[in-house]
Amino acid sequence: MTHITAGFMEYEALNKAVRSMEDDQITIEQANGQRYIGSALMDKHLFIKGTAGNALGCFLDGGTITVYGNGQDATGDTMNDGKIVIHGSCGDGTGYAMRGGCIYIRDSSGYRSGIHMKAYQEKQPLLIIGDRAGSFLGEYQAGGTIIVLGRNQDGRPPVGYFCGTGMHGGTMYLRCDTLPVSLPKQVSARDAVDSDKQVLSCLLDEYCTIFSFDKQMLLASHFFVLQANSAAPYRMLYTHV
Amino acid sequence: MDGCHQRIPLEGAFRNSSGCAISGIIDRSGKRFTAREAITSISVMHDRSNGLGGGFAGYGIYPEYKDYTALHIFYYSSEAKRACETFLEEHFDLINLSKIPTKKHPAITDVPLIWRYFVTALPTKLSFSQLDEDEYTARCVIRINREIEGAYVFSSGKDMGVFKAVGFPEDVGEFYMLDEYEGYSWTVHGRYPTNTPGWWGGSHPFSLLSYSVVHNGEISSYDANRRYIEMYGYACTLQTDTEVITYMIDYLHRRMGLTLEEVSHVLAAPFWSTIEQKEPKEREEYSYLRNTFASMLITGPFSIILGFKGGLMALNDRLKLRSLVAAEKAGRVYFASEEAAIRVIEPEPDRLWYPSGGKAVIVTLDSMQEGEEHGHQLSVSAL
Repeated sequence: MTHITAGFMEYEALNKAVRSMEDDQITIEQANGQRYIGSALMDKHLFIKGTAGNALGCFLDGGTITVYGNGQDATGDTMNDGKIVIHGSCGDGTGYAMRGGCIYIRDSSGYRSGIHMKAYQEKQPLLIIGDRAGSFLGEYQAGGTIIVLGRNQDGRPPVGYFCGTGMHGGTMYLRCDTLPVSLPKQVSARDAVDSDKQVLSCLLDEYCTIFSFDKQMLLASHFFVLQANSAAPYRMLYTHV
Repeated sequence: MDGCHQRIPLEGAFRNSSGCAISGIIDRSGKRFTAREAITSISVMHDRSNGLGGGFAGYGIYPEYKDYTALHIFYYSSEAKRACETFLEEHFDLINLSKIPTKKHPAITDVPLIWRYFVTALPTKLSFSQLDEDEYTARCVIRINREIEGAYVFSSGKDMGVFKAVGFPEDVGEFYMLDEYEGYSWTVHGRYPTNTPGWWGGSHPFSLLSYSVVHNGEISSYDANRRYIEMYGYACTLQTDTEVITYMIDYLHRRMGLTLEEVSHVLAAPFWSTIEQKEPKEREEYSYLRNTFASMLITGPFSIILGFKGGLMALNDRLKLRSLVAAEKAGRVYFASEEAAIRVIEPEPDRLWYPSGGKAVIVTLDSMQEGEEHGHQLSVSAL
């Protein structure tokens, strides 16, 4: 394990230093919002203490990033492969245009989480959020999977307004007892059945191990499955505001 | 904007992707502190600015002159200064006047003359005008900015002051020696102008009377807002969208007497579809405000921190298209565009949260009475 202290280092210098290190286990101490940490990383494991800056793990391509704290905006922007684990919360735009790999967030995520997430053949991105997500979760989602576990929400919908606006592919699982009010017409919702729970059980395996959550307890609750409604395709949000 | 205020060609011929950084701190107990933490906070977000504007607003910084209006003025020529001072003498008692102390800084260049005046309205003029003192002062400020070429009043409140320049905000803080001022709240802005020139008057905060606004974003509705507010005697003279927010807040809060929360429901009114989902009483209030002040809805991405006498208000656009983080620790409340900018000055806040779009966070001094932040104690039901 190699250690590097970020402090007030410029993001460019920090990222260059990380890339040039031979060790594949690197701890970054005292991060102060440096951007693009782990950009396009393929094979290393970064551990970050402090506050990781915007676009953490953007274009990530196989590496692993663990943050002991919060992420800021656009965590995992356009990531292609690999894993980002956040022992805390994230800001807005988490998993922006994500096309592979997985992002595990212990607590909450801000607005537009999973926006423009997409999938193709073996590239199946996965975003799991422990507590709740802000408005516009899965906006324009075209593929992949988003799970919001609604921990500490007492069964209330763990999302804000306009969940799934413009959704035209992929799947969202929400652990709650009631549906978010006024889901857009292009989203169809149904109760999770046994076969869904089996899928969820596989998807939640690693997440629950990392954060020591009781998977069986979570799975015993009610989940909704949200998918694109092919009968009412996405039109326009902004024409009748 | 006239031609004499800037000797170098104006930036603005090209467009950049938007950035900007804002930060704000308030000590609810009223304890005063220097701008050092604001400077440290904004410096962490250096890359969000590009050196074309930075500035601060401090509240509670002039206790020895707290009953007088502090005018901070840029002059681009000595003729402008003469003309402006003649105007000031005709309308105000000048209690004290001086250059604002600055320290040479290699990154702060093309410095205009920067003067400060503590004034009070001439009683005869004031009574003849049949205006209250705030309105009288506001009209004088607007008149100077509109009519006296090369003179710009950039701060006109009581017991508060704006300090701004072209440069990175951390350099601007050193330039104005803000370690030597103590206030109970500070806001700061780092600018990355995208649509209009970077010049001294165009830096944030934008201020009128004791309101000041720092803003990250851009206002798509600028012209609609400008046309509307100019009907009420305001003049947008500073070549940037943010000033219109300041004037709309002054109009709604001071002149119309809305509460700040009601002001936020006008500026960042929810979608009609969201309003429909609210409880009947709330639905009625939101609908009333959105209909009555339809032309004051701000569309486009923004996060702002409003400074006002005794408090701060942070507000995002209803879609939350710009970031905003808030935190609290033992009587202090922090706002910033990025969490890192808070943690660098308060590593272990008691609470840290991400305010929702359109949901104002209003913080006032503990000493303020409930409702004291109203302009005139007038609620919507009385309108």
